[in-house]
Amino acid sequence: MTQTRAKGTEVTVPHLAESLVSATVSRWLKQPGDYIEQYDVICELITEKVNVEMPSPVGGTLVEILVEEGRTAAVGEAICIIEEPGSAAESWPASGEDRQPDAPAETAPDSGMRGRYSPAVQRLAAEHGVDLLRVPGTGIGGRITRKDVEKFIASGQAVSAPQTANGREESGGRSGFRPGAGEPVQPVMPEAPRIPVRSTGIHMKEYPLNPKIEVEGQPEGRGEYFIDVTPIRHTIASRTRQSVTEIPHAWTMIEADVTNLVVLRNKLKDEFMRKEGINLTYLAFVLKAVVNAIKDYPIMNSVWAVDKIIIKRDINISLVVGTEDFVVTPVIKKADEKTIAGLAREIDDLTKKARAGKLSLGEMQGGTFTVNNTGSFGSILSYPIINYPQAANFTFESIVKKPVVIQDMIAVRSMVNLCLSLDHRILDGVICGRFLQRVKENLESYNLDTKLY
Amino acid sequence: MAVITYLEAIRSAMEEEMQRDERVFVLGEDVGKGGVLNATKGLRDRFGEQRCLDTPLSESAIAGVAIGAAMYGMRAIAEMQFADFIFPATNQIISEAAKIHYRSNGDWNCPIVVRAPYGAAGAGSLYHSQCPESVFFGTPGLKLVAPSNPYDAKGLLKAAIRDEDPVIYFEHKKCYLSISGEVPEEDFIVPIGKADVKREGTDLTVISYGMTLNYCLQAAQELDREGISAHVLDLRTLSPLDKEAILAAAARTGKVLIVHEDNKTGGVGAEVSAIIAEELLYELDAPIMRLCPPDVPAVGLSPVAEKFYLLDRDKIREAMRNLALY
Repeated sequence: MTQTRAKGTEVTVPHLAESLVSATVSRWLKQPGDYIEQYDVICELITEKVNVEMPSPVGGTLVEILVEEGRTAAVGEAICIIEEPGSAAESWPASGEDRQPDAPAETAPDSGMRGRYSPAVQRLAAEHGVDLLRVPGTGIGGRITRKDVEKFIASGQAVSAPQTANGREESGGRSGFRPGAGEPVQPVMPEAPRIPVRSTGIHMKEYPLNPKIEVEGQPEGRGEYFIDVTPIRHTIASRTRQSVTEIPHAWTMIEADVTNLVVLRNKLKDEFMRKEGINLTYLAFVLKAVVNAIKDYPIMNSVWAVDKIIIKRDINISLVVGTEDFVVTPVIKKADEKTIAGLAREIDDLTKKARAGKLSLGEMQGGTFTVNNTGSFGSILSYPIINYPQAANFTFESIVKKPVVIQDMIAVRSMVNLCLSLDHRILDGVICGRFLQRVKENLESYNLDTKLY
Repeated sequence: MAVITYLEAIRSAMEEEMQRDERVFVLGEDVGKGGVLNATKGLRDRFGEQRCLDTPLSESAIAGVAIGAAMYGMRAIAEMQFADFIFPATNQIISEAAKIHYRSNGDWNCPIVVRAPYGAAGAGSLYHSQCPESVFFGTPGLKLVAPSNPYDAKGLLKAAIRDEDPVIYFEHKKCYLSISGEVPEEDFIVPIGKADVKREGTDLTVISYGMTLNYCLQAAQELDREGISAHVLDLRTLSPLDKEAILAAAARTGKVLIVHEDNKTGGVGAEVSAIIAEELLYELDAPIMRLCPPDVPAVGLSPVAEKFYLLDRDKIREAMRNLALY
């Protein structure tokens, strides 16, 4: 790299700014022969981005100018030579200078690598029947390189027949060795193998195969069996799911003393059956009590609409009718306009239709408040799920004879639990407590003078 | 044919594509005035500030807006002022752009180009020198390209703009003004996913991309005088790698040296090595070597540290010679 020029330190074009790769010398401020202190300005450089004055990195005598005014030099190229006082000047660490190549100690006749056969060498030797002990190695440490083997093969010294005939795929273009022929092999330079090259012998695919899914056999048919999901079961599932996820449920309960109601009903039921032909159930009385309470607390009959609460004027009671397999909620429309007898008739009507599966769509829609007679299957405490999008769900539990304390004396009374699930976005404890109190009052006010019609 | 710089190749590619297709637009910090490295010079004057759009200082917004516009039907070229700043946009690129086509079951695609000027140009240190290609390498759904010369730069940028998928276009800052070459004046593209043999040889194979490829060619020329013949392969596309070309080049000589400016661990070279080792064991005559800067967080600012860290023609020549003589 160093040409024969004046001895001294080369001053090179510095890297003035990012992305600049060259600079033009516009003016030399010093001439050969001038003595230059370190950091004296020696020339002016012009680039696309900046114009600078170039300070000298070393002090000494300017011996030779290598790049004249007006000429452009690349970053790192020498523009002049300065001879520093004291002869041995270290060269400025510019790029492109000679560096000691860090070559491995190969020149000594070390043959430690002679026995190291690379995969390519072994393959070629096997394919062409080369005795590697006879191949001269020119790699470091005397290693036999692939080129050495190729040269050996090309010179025709491989004599024995190829050892393997295992049908391994040989790429086209390799020098053909004709077995048994004593002629020299044609010295063909091996071309690049055909692609794809699968030399490992293992067939590996790009992407893993789709795993086979093993279906475990049924455990002799005893472990479990399946039931189809009927449409009605599906509807119950989705409706209850929606209700539970959207409505924050809260729950409260009170007890009511319905001894008088029991007496009243027992007195009237036979005559009612004779006259009307239908059962007079407790539910009719309960519905009346509830509906009257709703009239006093209309907030129970509402719907949450995020930025407003919609209070429904019509009280349409969703009655819960269940069988072993399903549950439906037919609606008694405008229940506040009906008498107890009328309610009894509706209840009977809807229940029969529901059990027979003959409810129409109109009879199932439009409910604003739900009443559930859970006592009919013996429950004394329930936590009902609100019928979305109503505000509350009321249950009438089983009537149980119990000893209670009245005016500091023990009496045996018919007690019943009244449970209420409420939408806590609309309703709170106090208002629901008042509502339940009103229902309780209504129930406890039934006596032998109550009119059914 | 004209001889132009790598930078002009990139600039003219964008200009020609914007002329050809009015959906193409560039956005980035300071692109309007021409860009801090002059990559977008003249585009605002010619196409208006809506198509050469200055953005706020927010790489994730640059990428995100580009992605949204691309999904809407535009062809966005999002410029990261320096690749070092691409990281705030990483989530947009990897979680959104790369996955849109897949997660929409093919209904949507995202034809964006993210231009990332990377690599050390000198005195750039931490924030103007990084090579972040290994961060995105290996992300399915992204294409990564890294040209080394003006012809490939222009052809690949045009191909990237016309491509239907997100492409990260890594342009090496050192190449901008220091590498010039002949580029045709008529329209042409360089296909994405194809490597290019830049020099035929028989003694060893050198695989590289970006600025270091140019050093490899210079080193190869010097070694020629010593009788060592190097086969040089320019990857051009980092993802998807041109496996056929890599295997063919490696099988050609059996000795492979992979060179890149990104640090060794986890870089593109590691994947290329693995591919060669997995499929070409019986062609190999020497261990697969990688020459890369040390695993250090960034290039040093001091000239001494910078010189120690970066690769240059001499270091590459020495490594090539050692491998050739192995």
